[in-house]
Amino acid sequence: MKTEIIISGFGGQGVLSMGKILAYSGLMEDKEVTWMPAYGPEQRGGTANVTVIVSDERISSPILSKYDVAIVLNQPSLDKFEPKVKPGGILIYDGYGVMNPPTRKDIKVYRIDAMDKAAEMKNSKVFNMIVLGGLLKVCPVVSTDGLNKALYKSLPERHHNMIPLNMKAVDEGMKIIQEQK
Amino acid sequence: MAEKQVTLMKGNEAIAHAAIRCGADAFFGYPITPQSEIIETLALLKPWETTGMVVLQAESEVAAINMVYGGAGAGKRVFTTSSSPGVALMQEGISYMAGAEIPGVFVDVQRGGPGLGTIQPSQSDYFQATRGGGNGDYYVIVLAPNSVQEMADFVDLAFTLAFKYRNPAMILSDGVIGQMMEKVVLPPIKPRRTEEQIKKECPWATIGRPADREPNILTSLELKPEVMEQRNLHMQEKYELIRENEVRYEATKCDDADYIIVSFGSAARIGEKAVELAREQGIKVGLFRPITLWPFPSKQIVEAAKGKKGILVSEINAGQMIEDVKLAVNGQLPVEHFGRLGGIVPEPEEIVEALKEKFIK
Repeated sequence: MKTEIIISGFGGQGVLSMGKILAYSGLMEDKEVTWMPAYGPEQRGGTANVTVIVSDERISSPILSKYDVAIVLNQPSLDKFEPKVKPGGILIYDGYGVMNPPTRKDIKVYRIDAMDKAAEMKNSKVFNMIVLGGLLKVCPVVSTDGLNKALYKSLPERHHNMIPLNMKAVDEGMKIIQEQK
Repeated sequence: MAEKQVTLMKGNEAIAHAAIRCGADAFFGYPITPQSEIIETLALLKPWETTGMVVLQAESEVAAINMVYGGAGAGKRVFTTSSSPGVALMQEGISYMAGAEIPGVFVDVQRGGPGLGTIQPSQSDYFQATRGGGNGDYYVIVLAPNSVQEMADFVDLAFTLAFKYRNPAMILSDGVIGQMMEKVVLPPIKPRRTEEQIKKECPWATIGRPADREPNILTSLELKPEVMEQRNLHMQEKYELIRENEVRYEATKCDDADYIIVSFGSAARIGEKAVELAREQGIKVGLFRPITLWPFPSKQIVEAAKGKKGILVSEINAGQMIEDVKLAVNGQLPVEHFGRLGGIVPEPEEIVEALKEKFIK
């Protein structure tokens, strides 16, 4: 089993860290992983994206043209990656960041109002963890157990007190993600 | 023995960790995208407090390579890292090191050029790396990692080869391998060599004049042409020895293949996927990956290409390694090229399309 994922949004939305946590979770479950960021000026405000591959077998190319899952958090990302989802694949978008929703009928489309939920939780920083929760609900590439372990492993100890809040955000994400038909 | 610890890190970070663990004595460098994580990681790990390794940010690449010259001249395991335009600045020092037969290691995490070019990945330094790079008749040993694991493994290998042959060795990576994170098992910890060991293993090193021998002089300058020719001939003999003994490569799915993709470094990873995709479409393709770019695995390519219909050289440049492939197969079968330029990294599908367009139609 191999899942090829693209995560894309504005710089600062936590796209790269979401990918990193996903990759670490894969590591915790003894899977093969690669994390390939766009490392240009995107980090400073433009559209940032990261490719994460989680696999039971050896991973060949870290660079892909088609994805099993696309997580798009703004309109330019949706426009760029909707055509690149494999037929039968999954597209997840944030309702707040996208004006023109996806139109393809040969893929599964999910909407997650993570921006609204983060505002409700009064913590914009957990936005990406809500999205990650949504992903794990509709495509369980890793378990929440693995994710929890990954947070302890990848975050510096001074931030460990924030992990329960982040796991709560993951739970919320799992609840609010909705399939669009 | 304890289970080997698997960690997740960037190729750049792996270089820094591996260098400390394999007993490097010093790093001199100057930051440049896409490899600045190397010096950042070294600064974070503070090896001067543990192994005693020196980490110094020089005022420029030119200064850094000359610090490497000095440190390595004393028999120390010294390295520097940079990206394409920075490596271009270092070429004078590398040529001097080759001429004085000083064994340093340098890492090039390539970005697109010419000039300042772009910060995005490229493989357009193949010529710069494999043709010496600076002035004079010389070569540097060039290793091309295709994974974070090989970034970690090749640091010690580069030092070992550099000291074995008293010659600079280079790790030719690129922005893809430098920036991506993968699982890696870091190499075992080796202590730094003691002064006694250096004295024994590097009798040529300038470590202060012991009473029992004449002074060692390390220089690339020799004004008597007769002597200079002899020195050059000695270096050529050494290069021949390296060609005979140090070729490294990997051939995958070549046996039953009709076509062979030849790629190195990150392009070989993309090529591996192209092979999978092509085989799904019923096209029998194999992958040949030179691991040493100099010495180039010419004989091995000829062997792998026997009876095949064609070779597609896929590189992230306008066609550089293809020259070595063509020289190797010497017209025995068609050799075509595919590449993307300017910081664009080719997608696996593009390679399959190129293969079809050029050979199958």
